[in-house]
Amino acid sequence: MAWFVLGKCLRAVGALWIVLTLTFFALRTSGDPALAMLPPDWPPDAIAAYKERWGLDRPLPEQYATYLLKLARGDFGNSFRNNAVVLDEVMRRVPKTLSMMLAALAVTVTVGVGAGIAAALRRGARLDRILMALSVAFYSVPNFFLGVLLILLFSVYLGLLPTSGSETWSHLVLPALTLGLSGAAVFARVTRAALLDTLRQPYLAAAQARGLSWPRVVSTHAMPNAAIPIVTLTGLTLGGLIGGAVVTEAIFAWPGVGRLLVISVENRDLPMVQAIVVLIAVTMVVSNLVVDMLYAWLDPRIRLGGER
Amino acid sequence: MPVLSRLRRLSGLTASPEGPRDWFALLALVWLVVVIVAAIGADIFALYEFRATDLRARLQPPVWAGGTWAHPLGTDELGRDLFSRLLIATRVSLIVALIGTLIGAALGVALGFLAAQVKGLVDDAIMMLVDVQAALPYLIIALTVIAFFGNNLLLFVLLVGVYGWERYARLARGLALSAAERDYVVALRGFGAGNLYLYRRHILPNVASVLIVNMTLNFPESILLESSLSFLGLGIQPPLTSLGAMLGHGRKYLFSAWWIAVLPGGIIFLTSLSVSILGDRLRDRLDPTVKGT
Repeated sequence: MAWFVLGKCLRAVGALWIVLTLTFFALRTSGDPALAMLPPDWPPDAIAAYKERWGLDRPLPEQYATYLLKLARGDFGNSFRNNAVVLDEVMRRVPKTLSMMLAALAVTVTVGVGAGIAAALRRGARLDRILMALSVAFYSVPNFFLGVLLILLFSVYLGLLPTSGSETWSHLVLPALTLGLSGAAVFARVTRAALLDTLRQPYLAAAQARGLSWPRVVSTHAMPNAAIPIVTLTGLTLGGLIGGAVVTEAIFAWPGVGRLLVISVENRDLPMVQAIVVLIAVTMVVSNLVVDMLYAWLDPRIRLGGER
Repeated sequence: MPVLSRLRRLSGLTASPEGPRDWFALLALVWLVVVIVAAIGADIFALYEFRATDLRARLQPPVWAGGTWAHPLGTDELGRDLFSRLLIATRVSLIVALIGTLIGAALGVALGFLAAQVKGLVDDAIMMLVDVQAALPYLIIALTVIAFFGNNLLLFVLLVGVYGWERYARLARGLALSAAERDYVVALRGFGAGNLYLYRRHILPNVASVLIVNMTLNFPESILLESSLSFLGLGIQPPLTSLGAMLGHGRKYLFSAWWIAVLPGGIIFLTSLSVSILGDRLRDRLDPTVKGT
């Protein structure tokens, strides 16, 4: 187990280091950062002074080392746009994005697992067919289109929910649905398949024969065994959630990190972009690691079989 | 990602369709033919020049919602004819996704074959890149590159192209490794066949069906990537337009003119759905390994 964990950790750190290095070199090869952020009519000596101030006149390896050291201290520099401290700006918006992602994840898991269990227990019935048809539809609809349709239905036609802003819980409903429903479609199908697979097992008949009620058999004997693919899926969902959050925040003018990323890309505010990318990479790598561990803990075959 | 493909299969989202699904496949085929014909003949079918504005006919609804036949699908806030714009936008979106899919396939297959043939350090390096790719959602990578290098059409098409390379690379590597041990390859090597000849004439044709199936998986995702980036205003730039760009633009007029956003969105949805459905059928035909699992 220790080797398994160590190996996974090393790979995670390696992947992270490559992401950091690639962003550094991409930044340096994309043109002179001093020219990118200063007005074009600045005198040469002012540009030189600026370069010296930010260490841009140093040899590349030295700049690279300084860059890594600064990152280790959480220093991402200042925004090209308004000179704000990048990390503060990003961190101020993290709670907004997290609250939206958590709400979306809640939609994904509750709606998805709920629909999956309902479909599995009513296999072949009309409910099953309706739920599975819905899941194909929600899986295929792009989230930016789903968001537009939800706004049309709930805001324009019914006038129930606001279209933009983030002040109250009612602002959270549409973004969470937009971001969460396509995941729920996948969850419903995986849960249904995993539960049907488990329901065939002889130990469930045995549990029933011991006199346990059917709901109890399903909840305490079948569901834990069907949970393994669902846990993996939760981990795999994160990447989609982050990408989807960028688009969803754009639809609903949600003041989160994704919105900041798009604005920063539009303005070519490179330090801001860099900080957000590093933050996302760290989040993804850590969560992939956690899912791997959780998976190994749930399924002894993986942990004892060595890596993969 | 083997886990992912296992989940896909388990979830039935790519399961072999039977019965009523055949009707879906037929409908999907009809829709795709319509879309492709529309994209190819966009100039012929267009009623107006797609950038032509008519300020007297702004925000006209489609015919069935009270509009006139002068603009069958309505107009936008500058009085541009949506029917004509949708034709051009469909063409742009399809071309970008098609070129993108081809670039991704070529790049991924080349790297996968290279990894399988050279092995050692090159193999490790390529497989490590695959790992790194898993550490960032591709949309974020694409946004970062656009931030660093600025936005232009060529870079944008390349970005859509690079998407999905890792899946081709992993597939091609695995397929080439197993093909290299087949008797016919060993025999050809015995006759003195060179690597390039061997891969081009013998291994590639033998693994082509699996790669084509993967392309049908990749194509709708390329359409979605193009649309997402254009929707965010960071993809196709005016005066050119694409389905995603039209949707992103029309979002501002949801309260007064829903059709500007809903029509392009509907085309994206139906097109990517249709390719997925037909890809499923193709997979059942071409990839015997999926059958019965």
